[in-house]
Amino acid sequence: MLPVENRLVLENVSAGYNGQRVLYDLTLQVVHGGQVAVVGPNGAGKSTLFKVLVGLLPLRSGQILIHGQPIGAHTDCVAYVPQRSEVDWRFPVTVTDVVMMGRYNRQGWLRRPDRGDRSACQHALEQMGIANLSRHAIGDLSGGQQQRVFLARALAQEPHILLMDEPFTGVDAATQEATLTLLEQLKAQQVTVLVSTHDLRMAAERFENVLLLNRQLIAYGPAQEVLSPAAIQQAFGGRVLFVGDVAVVDECCPPPEG
Amino acid sequence: MLEWLTTPLSYTFMQRGLMASLIVGVVCAVIGCYVVLRGMAFLGDALAHAILPGIAIAYLLQGNLMLGALVAAVAVALLIGLFSRQGTIREDTAIGIMFAAALSLGVALISSIRTYAVDLSHILFGNVLGVSPSDLWLAGGLGVFVLIAVAALYKPFLVISFDPVLAATLRWPAELLRHVLLILLALTIVISLQTVGVGLVAAMLVTPAATAYLLTRRLPVMMVISALVGAFSCLVGLYLSYYANIASGSAIVLTATACFLLAFFFAPRRGIIWQRLNNSSGVS
Repeated sequence: MLPVENRLVLENVSAGYNGQRVLYDLTLQVVHGGQVAVVGPNGAGKSTLFKVLVGLLPLRSGQILIHGQPIGAHTDCVAYVPQRSEVDWRFPVTVTDVVMMGRYNRQGWLRRPDRGDRSACQHALEQMGIANLSRHAIGDLSGGQQQRVFLARALAQEPHILLMDEPFTGVDAATQEATLTLLEQLKAQQVTVLVSTHDLRMAAERFENVLLLNRQLIAYGPAQEVLSPAAIQQAFGGRVLFVGDVAVVDECCPPPEG
Repeated sequence: MLEWLTTPLSYTFMQRGLMASLIVGVVCAVIGCYVVLRGMAFLGDALAHAILPGIAIAYLLQGNLMLGALVAAVAVALLIGLFSRQGTIREDTAIGIMFAAALSLGVALISSIRTYAVDLSHILFGNVLGVSPSDLWLAGGLGVFVLIAVAALYKPFLVISFDPVLAATLRWPAELLRHVLLILLALTIVISLQTVGVGLVAAMLVTPAATAYLLTRRLPVMMVISALVGAFSCLVGLYLSYYANIASGSAIVLTATACFLLAFFFAPRRGIIWQRLNNSSGVS
């Protein structure tokens, strides 16, 4: 058998919601273990791209290949860390319950958790520094702790590709740091990571590659090349202000994308 | 005291009534957890009313009333799913349309049957003392089926309720599972008819589950507590009904409501009184 290429390939991908097209003709490749910051203004299609990658939205045209196979051929290799606003925090589940959901792909509907599942969960909890909270209800945690629960779930899933939607928004410094540390560990494990963010500085300093997106690909490549004033101007339009060498983007928090 | 408890049970109709109520109390309470967590209370109420035309048609054809109710409930559940699919119209709008249409059709059919008027109140408010042995067997069989299905589909139902995106990532058939849950709900409502009636089924779905929600933070525990509250309400309600001579459905629902109020005020952590005591001790 030929060795399977462990990478993500998008070819001429278009996608959108009922009648409204959000992403146009996106073509890019992410190398084995690559880490990409997805940057763009609100409504640029960052969440749409992630929804297509997890199979929540159908493709309008083009194709997505994971390990050289079309999306859907693998059920266990893409993990998604949702935005905080997408989760019902009043649901009666504990931290352990949520992290254990990361093992459901291996368990199927009927098998009960075995020792391997439990140790993977425990390891993920320890890695995110929340093992002491394992029996708490998720609704009782702080915002940063809640995010770490979902990061731990993604770890327990042992994915090949990890998608994080705005993980740096509205969380405390400790959680930001924990997330960045996690990214470094994932790099060592050769997990491919896509992170959406509106924090240009974070994207430039912490990610080797940046995808600048505004409904279509504006620029993609190493951060220093991509984040040129011209490209940022093109992506953000009138919502960017240059003060000397510093680009100020007139946006703080992403509104819910429709 | 013991005599006070055993006297009603010397009647066979009371024994059957008690058995039927316990089955209904437990099954409603378990599936009710998903009704509460997924915000389907309106849907449950609508389904309960939507079975009227099924019962009327079954009566006209001189068939089994429960079977008629079952067919109608499943049909309406699937129609609501179909209309609200892909977000063509909002689900609560689809429910409102089907609810009113089915209820009107039911009333229209029933009003054409003159002799039926007396039995209508039994359908609306239940007649637990009129449970026949075959009714009891059907309720028992369907009840066990629903409970087994809820246990077997625990993980998929949990995932589509808590995190639909994860369901998509796992490639689990969320749409199909949603319909299965609706059908289980329809089955539950049908077996509840005889005990609490169309008008009060929604309360049996929602009240024990809401009580349990206040007392725990884990779904399996919530289901067990909810089932206990449901069974307790049916037991106490039936004795109340016997001794105070009030309608059994009302007595059961009022008992469940009393349980809810107790939990609402006194539950640890979530109860109003508990929170107040804790706050004041924190300040001083």
